[in-house]
Amino acid sequence: MVDHIRTAPAADAELVELIRDRALFARLETVRLISIAKTGHYASGFSCAEILATLYYGVMNLRRGEPDWPDRDRFLFGKGHAAATLYPLLADWGFFDPAELDGYTRLGSPFGDHPDMTRVPGIDFSSGSLGHALSTGAGTAMGLRMQGRPSNVYVLLGDGELHEGQIWEAALGAAHHGVSNLVAIVDRNGQSLDGPVDSVTNLEPLTDKWRAFGWETHEVDGHDPAALLTLLRSIAADPGRTRPAVVIAHTVKGKGISYMERDFGWHLGWLAEPDERAAIEELRSNR
Amino acid sequence: MSVAPGLHPDSWHLQTLLERAPGLQALADTLADLADEGHPIAAGTADLKFSNGLVRFQERHPDRYVQFGISEQHMVSAAAGLASTGLQPYVATFASFLALLACEQIRTDVAYTKLPVRLIGHHAGITLGFYGTSHHATEDLAIMRSVAGLTVVAPADAAQLAAALRASTAHPGPIYFRIGRGQDPDVYGPDAPFELGKAVEHGTGTDLTIVATGSMLHPSLRAAERLNADGISTGVLDVHTVKPLDEAAVLAAAERSGLLLTVEEHNVLGGLGGAVAETVAGAGSGARVVRHGIRDEYSLIGPPTHLYRHYGLDPDGVERAAREVVFSKTGPQARLAARP
Repeated sequence: MVDHIRTAPAADAELVELIRDRALFARLETVRLISIAKTGHYASGFSCAEILATLYYGVMNLRRGEPDWPDRDRFLFGKGHAAATLYPLLADWGFFDPAELDGYTRLGSPFGDHPDMTRVPGIDFSSGSLGHALSTGAGTAMGLRMQGRPSNVYVLLGDGELHEGQIWEAALGAAHHGVSNLVAIVDRNGQSLDGPVDSVTNLEPLTDKWRAFGWETHEVDGHDPAALLTLLRSIAADPGRTRPAVVIAHTVKGKGISYMERDFGWHLGWLAEPDERAAIEELRSNR
Repeated sequence: MSVAPGLHPDSWHLQTLLERAPGLQALADTLADLADEGHPIAAGTADLKFSNGLVRFQERHPDRYVQFGISEQHMVSAAAGLASTGLQPYVATFASFLALLACEQIRTDVAYTKLPVRLIGHHAGITLGFYGTSHHATEDLAIMRSVAGLTVVAPADAAQLAAALRASTAHPGPIYFRIGRGQDPDVYGPDAPFELGKAVEHGTGTDLTIVATGSMLHPSLRAAERLNADGISTGVLDVHTVKPLDEAAVLAAAERSGLLLTVEEHNVLGGLGGAVAETVAGAGSGARVVRHGIRDEYSLIGPPTHLYRHYGLDPDGVERAAREVVFSKTGPQARLAARP
């Protein structure tokens, strides 16, 4: 049930390498920020590190240091609890001073566990309550289209988030209005807090559901930057698009840390200093 | 105009509903005028364009109109998205569905983000009569008032609604508008002055001030006329902006008359009465605040006008409530007089 699977042209090899590097950077920064907060969502961030890095370094139209540029592409983080993995990339784009992240979650910091658009330059929409972002993203995409702006809107959803009814209101609405500048990416890591997503409430056949709702559907390995890059670029470049598109990105929750990949408990946690050091080593060696 | 060949002119259906609700015509017409004038207005509804009249906005600005379908939560969140791109979206549905069903979307996506979304909760209070409690909103003022950063406005008639909509274009943050079914009698003329957050005095009273909002302004004014004619000095304060409350005007009225009667088509808990009581108690003015409205219960079934009479929300009922508090044996005046 895959509409498109392509491999990246050789010319993008350097970019793919950059994306891999930035995904590692995002994971390492996630570990560092969580060490400040002493609690955090390692595994949720690790499952989407390549997706975020591909969007921010290979797909989205952005201007360094200009988080409010009106024609930029937008990114909305449905699974906002993984914000610690996104903040470092925004800092890297020059949207704020990276040193500000040193105060992550401390009293009065702009940077909390969930992203706040009123406090963090580069956050295109606040999130934290699951199920809202496809609606806010659809509204953003419609508003941009009404004003003739060329921007695409990318919404990254958790797969557990798809249990929320509002997602399907938005899926109906965006398809009905042909919101073709909207791309949803589902981080299909298969895990939510109480266990496997499909054992909590079954989502399959998931691609069929989106297709039945009127969306253009794609599936991809969410940890393969070359595949992500090719697919997301081909969607953005398709001039004949008349529908919103969804990408089911198959991922591994906790990707990069062996024990986190095996145990869904790592949705939330903290690593004491020696374990943190070992985790950093493992992430670097997996690179 | 007959709705079908051979039918009596009084017969009607959904698409002619607006002719029977002249007060609601101001909603779409004002928004369409504002869009004509270059304001970045967008408007949307959740399958109620004939009930709230936004069909008239759609006719004039189809490119700035969004039909969201019966997806109120999606509508509110999507309106926040529209606002994030520089538009001023006005989204309308029954107050019961807007303020209660989409409450969390209002808090999280609209108010927390400080976006200029305008939420229009129409057919508020018990104005949907025998449609029943699912369609009533006697909690919305209390709920919306507790949402940080949200301005709460309840216009009393079509002219004030138009003026409030016009004023809202210059307001940077989100607003919840609470309006009725478009059949409120006119209080204000077409050029009535309106300032967000600034209550309007309709005479002053040394015995009593009736503090009213929205649909209850008109019956309060009628009641005050009768009370004044009977020698009970009664002023009326139109608190069209329930939040932020015009505390100076409320405290001045408390100082002047020592007795306030709040009147609202809403539960007596947490709405206008709550706001006024909090303010007066906090200032330690010693004035008495009596809250008139729905007394923490679900409404009976009935035609709206019958319900207004039953719950004392018509001129007779407000007058009766006022006389009860003025002549109450338990008020501060009575207690002071009883001191040895």
